[in-house]
Amino acid sequence: MTMMTGAEIVIRCLQEEKVEYVFGYPGGAVLHLYDALFKQDLVKHILVRHEQAAVHAADGLARSTHKVGVALVTSGPGATNAVTGIATAYMDSIPLVIISGQVPTEYIGQDAFQECDTVGITRPCVKHNFLVKDVHDLAVTIKKAFFIANSGRPGPVVIDIPKDITAAKCRFEYPETIQLRSYNPVVKGHLGQIKKALHLLLEAKRPMVYTGGGVILSNGAEQLTKLVRRLGFPITNTLMGLGAYPASDQQFLGMPGMHGTVEANLAMQNCDVLLAIGARFDDRVIGNPDNFSSIPRKIIHIDIDPSSISKRVKVDVPIVGNVPDVLDEMLKLLDAGSAGPDAAVLADWWKQIDEWRAKQCMKYRKKKSIIMPQYVIEKLYEVTEGKAIVTSDVGQHQMWAAQYYKFDQPRRWLNSGGLGTMGVGLPYAMGAALANPGTPIACVTGEGSIQMCIQELSTAKQFRLPIKIINLNNRYLGMVRQWQEMFYGSRYSESYMDSLPDFVKLAEAYGHVGIRVERPEDVEGALKKAFVDHKDDLVFIDFITDQKANVFPMVAAGKGLADMLLTEDL
Amino acid sequence: MRHIISILLENEAGALSRVAGLFSARGYNIETLTVAPTEDVSLSRLTIVTSGTDAVIEQITKQLNKLIDVIKVVDLSEAAHVERELMLLKVRATGKDREELKRLADIFRGHIIDVTESTYVIELTASGAKLDSFIQAIDAGLILETVRTGVCGIGRGERILKI
Repeated sequence: MTMMTGAEIVIRCLQEEKVEYVFGYPGGAVLHLYDALFKQDLVKHILVRHEQAAVHAADGLARSTHKVGVALVTSGPGATNAVTGIATAYMDSIPLVIISGQVPTEYIGQDAFQECDTVGITRPCVKHNFLVKDVHDLAVTIKKAFFIANSGRPGPVVIDIPKDITAAKCRFEYPETIQLRSYNPVVKGHLGQIKKALHLLLEAKRPMVYTGGGVILSNGAEQLTKLVRRLGFPITNTLMGLGAYPASDQQFLGMPGMHGTVEANLAMQNCDVLLAIGARFDDRVIGNPDNFSSIPRKIIHIDIDPSSISKRVKVDVPIVGNVPDVLDEMLKLLDAGSAGPDAAVLADWWKQIDEWRAKQCMKYRKKKSIIMPQYVIEKLYEVTEGKAIVTSDVGQHQMWAAQYYKFDQPRRWLNSGGLGTMGVGLPYAMGAALANPGTPIACVTGEGSIQMCIQELSTAKQFRLPIKIINLNNRYLGMVRQWQEMFYGSRYSESYMDSLPDFVKLAEAYGHVGIRVERPEDVEGALKKAFVDHKDDLVFIDFITDQKANVFPMVAAGKGLADMLLTEDL
Repeated sequence: MRHIISILLENEAGALSRVAGLFSARGYNIETLTVAPTEDVSLSRLTIVTSGTDAVIEQITKQLNKLIDVIKVVDLSEAAHVERELMLLKVRATGKDREELKRLADIFRGHIIDVTESTYVIELTASGAKLDSFIQAIDAGLILETVRTGVCGIGRGERILKI
């Protein structure tokens, strides 16, 4: 066996892990690593324009594929710039490996140039992190990192590597498998609990299925769809769970929560048995937990993370396990048994749900003279035939995209649900575009969010990423403006954006195509132009939209789910 | 409710700060914390005294188990256990106080382990509550320094925390 440098070992490990793309930015502490990258062509490096985007792009790749995303940053500011990306991935349980350079071992703790305590800074927002102090530990640490990142409840793992370790030499040996005595995630659910859950479900008079990001992350959408169709129950997917069940299906009630539909929220609130799968009863989903718990209902909760169970809401039947495994078991039991849900009882429940549905809470008034943002999303859905990967930033546009684009498949909707990070949309689209060539990629954003990572237009040019940016430009930080209108007496404190750039010229300056759309009748044409005529280009469409449009329905923060504000348009 | 949580964790750099960080990040309180390697030097045993409702303690246990470095977590106070804490107390010992302090130390089964013309250092091992009563029994004006290790505890009989 030949001796290899630490840097060569790192790159070789990435090859062993079949990593196709690394998103990164070079710097002093990672020069050896970049040199090793240069000498091979299996792992392709995507040079971003800011480290935050490197992590977001790796995250976008991971979300759209189930692969581990990999980012490479230098020490000090490289690592601190990456923190927002890491925390974003952590909140949404996205498998990432982030390799950060560190000052040489002997300089650590001496306030060296570009030194920071990366392991300390990232500790609260990673699944795990490592500081490698011996080149002999390098390969096994990387193996551990990939294993930890993408098993159990996934999450980001940081490996901090001092510069001297990347220069030191040792023999390379990559372990085929890895065992950690302190880490053994449960996969199979407890059979007794599964039977108990099934019994409850079949006895239910008003059953409801509520699923979150866990179903997407565990690739459980197929089993979920089978089970829900089989049972004939109503289902809602959270913001993170959209696409787990086909949104165009009759049994789908739309999204629940703060901006959920009337039917989804009232069914959540009024059901007698709630089956929660890979979801965590987030404050944006159930509103006030005391209000939610005040209504008697039995709750079954399937999750791979025991700490998610009974965290905010007491659960009656907890099932710890990997979602597809547990659902397979449920389907098997259903097949084996003769019992099914009582059709007549279920019909009564559906009658009630259809009454709620009849409110048509998602209707909005179209205007002749000005573009309604919801209309843009509806047209985007039509033009892309529901087949695009849609990324979004954070704010009103995010909610409209979630509400009006019907996701029929998992891993087509990428957004920062947990941390709510503005600026993720464009880098997510970059990661998704690289990992899914040929799939149309739309980045739904606003004039506020897009400017948080606008520099990535340059990366997109360098790597010819055919992203379509759908900028819903209302000249306001819309969600902030909406809250100020509703809860702060319309005092629009710092939410109006003056001196915006000319986005068309900006796109052109980066070498892309820019289009401005100001009239409703031009929306469809512009989208077609972008997705058909300029299929292979990045197109920035700046839609000038209604400044007063608000996201409805809305459950105000701290209120119960039934306490919904509806649009006044109807 | 007061709970004593015992943890077996990897004896690795940063493992302790992961545990401590978890408590501060989630707003749980730490009353005492003791940690040292076990007979297997690759393992550390950590004892935390904390308090909270049943729901909070359940979350603490689950969150601790989620840490990659944590191998096992047990709530000692759930069943029969013994707990001890060690205290070193430096007191002003002059004149008639010297006799009185010696007598008190004997009553509490403490030892005087350092003697100068004007001071004693008293070593006392007992439950936390007993250490508190010892401190209360001594004239506060005589206490120069106190150092306590924090609680360490172990289950009774066949209740064993091991991998």
